[in-house]
Amino acid sequence: MSISDILTDQFKDSVEFSDQQNCLFIKDPSKWDKISLFIKNDKRMKFNYLMCISGYDLDDGVNLGLAYNFSSTELKTYLEVRIEFAYLTHIPSVTPLWRAADWHEREAYDLFGILFDNHPDMKRILLPDDWEGHPLRKDYITPEYYKGMPVPKDKSYWE
Amino acid sequence: MSDEYYVKNDLSLVERFDKDNVVVAKLDDLINWGRAGSPWFFQFGLACCAIEMMAAAGPRHDLERFGMMPRATPRQADVMIVAGTVTLKMAERVKRLFEQMADPKYVISMGSCSNSGGPYWQHGYHVLKGVDIVVPVDVYIPGCPPRPEALIQGILELQKKIKLDTPLRKKS
Repeated sequence: MSISDILTDQFKDSVEFSDQQNCLFIKDPSKWDKISLFIKNDKRMKFNYLMCISGYDLDDGVNLGLAYNFSSTELKTYLEVRIEFAYLTHIPSVTPLWRAADWHEREAYDLFGILFDNHPDMKRILLPDDWEGHPLRKDYITPEYYKGMPVPKDKSYWE
Repeated sequence: MSDEYYVKNDLSLVERFDKDNVVVAKLDDLINWGRAGSPWFFQFGLACCAIEMMAAAGPRHDLERFGMMPRATPRQADVMIVAGTVTLKMAERVKRLFEQMADPKYVISMGSCSNSGGPYWQHGYHVLKGVDIVVPVDVYIPGCPPRPEALIQGILELQKKIKLDTPLRKKS
C-alpha cells in the first residue's frame, strides 16, 4: 500500500492526493494537526525530516497556500503536502513536531501574513518589527517612504 | 632619507635639512600626510562585497601596505567601507554607526548595491536605493562585486582626496 493510499484511507474526506502534482492536498486546514501527527508518528510514515515550508499566493485575491516537503530518513520516502486556504485562516503550527518549522513558519508569516496557531514565538523574522504589510502578497503596495528613506526608485532624488 | 623617498611619498616639503633631521613644511601637508597614510577602516560587511573586501584585506592583496587596518569599533575607524546591499533595516544602523565615528571620517561605497540599489533597483521593496541617501559618500566603486584591485584603486583615490584637504582652514 502506497503512502498516498494510506493517507486517503485514513482521512477520507479531508485529504485528496493529486497524481498530476504528486502531492497531498488538505481540504480542511483544521485537520492539519491530526494529519501531521499521523505522518510523523505512524510506523508506515515516519516522516522525521521537514525539508522546507513554502508559502505562495494564488493571485485570485482570496487564497494563500502552503507547501510542506517531508522526507523520511528511515524509509527513504518523500511526501509533499499542500494546504490552500482563504486569507486570515489560522493554520495549526507543526513546530512542536518538527523544530525546523519554527523559522519557516515565521518567514511565511513575515512575507505572506499566514497566521499560525500554537507557535512558540510568532513574530517577524526578516523585516523590521514595525514594517507594514506582507511584501510577497500580490496585493502588496510598496510604500513611498520608510522612516524618511525613499523606498521605490525615485529619480527626482538625484537627477 | 634619500630624495627618492620624498618624491615617492608625495611630500610637498618646502625645505629640508638632512643632517639635522629637520623639515620645513606646511602644517596642512603634514596632517594630510598622516591622515592619508593610515586610513583605518571599519570592519563590517553587509553582503557578498564583504567577501571581496576580506580578500583585499588578506595576505594576497594586503591592504595593510596602505596603512589600512580593520577596526571593529566606530570610535577608532576613519573610513567606512559600505560593502554590500543596504537594506532599509540596516540603513538605520549604518547611519548610526557613521555618526559614532570620530572626525575626520570618510565613506567608500563599494559595489552596485550600495551605489544605487544594484539588482534591487526596480523591485526591491526592502533595499535602499543608494547609501548616499543616508551618509555622505567620498568614493564610489562600481562592480558586482568589485575585484580587490578595484577596491584598492578606490582607496588610492580616497588617499588623493585626503591629500587635497585643507584641515586647518575653516570650512564655510
